Amino acid sequence: MVAISPGIPAPDWDRRPLARRTTLALAMALAAVAVLSLAVGAAGTSPWGVFADLLAGREVALVDRVVLFEIRLPRLAMGALVGASLAVSGAVMQGLFRNPLADPGLVGVSAGAGLGAISAIVLGGLLPAGLLGFHAVPVAAFLGGWASTLVLYGIATRRGRTSVATMLLGGIALGALAGALSGILVYMADDDQLRDLTFWGLGSLAGATWAKLAAAAPLMLLALIAAPMLARGLNGLALGETAAFHIGIPVQRLKTVAILTVAGATGAAVAVSGGIGFVGIVVPHLLRLATGPDHRALLVNAALLGATLLILADIIARVVIAPAELPIGIVTAVLGGPFFLWILLRKRGVLDL
Amino acid sequence: MLDATRIHVRLGRRTILQGIDFRARPGELTAIVGPNGSGKTTLLRALTGDLSHGGRVRLNGQDLATLRPWVLAGLRAVLPQATPLAFPFTAAEVVRLGLMGGIEAAEADLVPKALARVGLAGFEGRYYQELSGGEQQRVHLARALAQVWHPVAHGQPRWLFLDEPVSSLDIGHQLQVMQIARAYADGGGGVVAVMHDLNLTAMFADRVTLLAEGCALARGTPAEVLCDAALSRAYRCPIRVNTPPRGGTYLLPHAAGRIAAE
Repeated sequence: MVAISPGIPAPDWDRRPLARRTTLALAMALAAVAVLSLAVGAAGTSPWGVFADLLAGREVALVDRVVLFEIRLPRLAMGALVGASLAVSGAVMQGLFRNPLADPGLVGVSAGAGLGAISAIVLGGLLPAGLLGFHAVPVAAFLGGWASTLVLYGIATRRGRTSVATMLLGGIALGALAGALSGILVYMADDDQLRDLTFWGLGSLAGATWAKLAAAAPLMLLALIAAPMLARGLNGLALGETAAFHIGIPVQRLKTVAILTVAGATGAAVAVSGGIGFVGIVVPHLLRLATGPDHRALLVNAALLGATLLILADIIARVVIAPAELPIGIVTAVLGGPFFLWILLRKRGVLDL
Repeated sequence: MLDATRIHVRLGRRTILQGIDFRARPGELTAIVGPNGSGKTTLLRALTGDLSHGGRVRLNGQDLATLRPWVLAGLRAVLPQATPLAFPFTAAEVVRLGLMGGIEAAEADLVPKALARVGLAGFEGRYYQELSGGEQQRVHLARALAQVWHPVAHGQPRWLFLDEPVSSLDIGHQLQVMQIARAYADGGGGVVAVMHDLNLTAMFADRVTLLAEGCALARGTPAEVLCDAALSRAYRCPIRVNTPPRGGTYLLPHAAGRIAAE
């Protein structure tokens, strides 16, 4: 960071103070949405009542305790982590591919994870019972996503240099291949399995438990902590790989860390939540329009806004058809799609850049 | 001192550079000239460390291959021919990318200073993509200047590598950019520039290396290298220097008056 001495106001062309104010505002929004998420739900549990009971040392009703601490709280944590991971992964991918439309799906994570999940749902019955239990689907999704990214990275790397263009095109080929394999499995699946895998594809935070969180959170947290360290490198990469090297960026190391980080975070996020779209594209886009493309602010703000939006989407998913709930992927697509189009049409000039 | 020995570059099956020796001294502007495809840009890319090559490049006595990217970035800046830029950065943000790579990163006021130096004062908040081609080229020059702002640091000369720095500029800005390069060399830094314009080369360069088909055909002062025989051979067309045409309009950058600074 360039130190701006206190007392001297930043020049009006400097977008960094605006980005810092945005960070503060987003942090407050996240806190507000988190509280709302704890308060809203099918059961009539009120967090205020529970906290008042706790403070007063009274016995908390079992129902309330379970609803709050075993259902809503892990779900809130999961929503925050998944939203932050998807948004940050999107921002990192866009920086890496120097393309504002890139998303983690491009490096094969989504296709591989989808194949993994479908395999687990359809072929899971063939495994010895209880080998992985409930966790077969998320574990398989994570392994699928991670493996396909590594294969793609291997294909695109020749003599220590990763070609981003090869990776992009290879991702399309690999995605088609994974899609075909998934298709075969879908063809083999029975009706119950078809229902399961369709719902998996629509995404949901409903299954969040502390156990699932404990397995997936470390990978997502690792990526969220690592991402800000990539910021300066991604800024340099906007000039192209050669110019990034000229200004002192270790380009190959940057690419390796960025790809592995994104694969881990997205793989874990998709594994526990299924197919949640649009967060990875819409969030970084919005922030770039608001406070500029500098990744040092962008990555932090993307984590906050991604978490806020996904928690909000989850609240909506729980409320609209309560006591049943909508798959969250539908909510993010219904809200994100038109919003994205609106940004495109309004700011077409800037986005063509 | 920049000292390159036996630089050999193959791209695919083609040999681009066939064992070129190249030297440049701090305090001087060294130009690389030659016809299209003679290997000028390839030589520059070998000298800046972008390209794997045979032979050895030593910058201020250190082997280029052993320097870490961020150390190298404090020592030399590069202005490429064209730099595509993803994302809507402002001019000031592009210059700041260079500033952060150098060793003057704490001097935030260098961003407006560098833009003013290239004649773009007041352009800080403008979107890079909305600038003209010439303005974009000068924003990148400001970025390179901000990266190695002081021509000498810690008793060591620093270096500017410019790949056709005036190719997309009008004559006024050509002169301005060449004067910036000249001033950098006069301040004790080293400047190596790939040049297409032989007149500007003759005006501003201290030393010239003439390339043809991957070999150094001639090297020396502009007066020694820019002569009929060498140029005619390199460019494969009969060229006569210092010969005014018999009629018609012609103009030479030499005859331009002093341009208003900044």
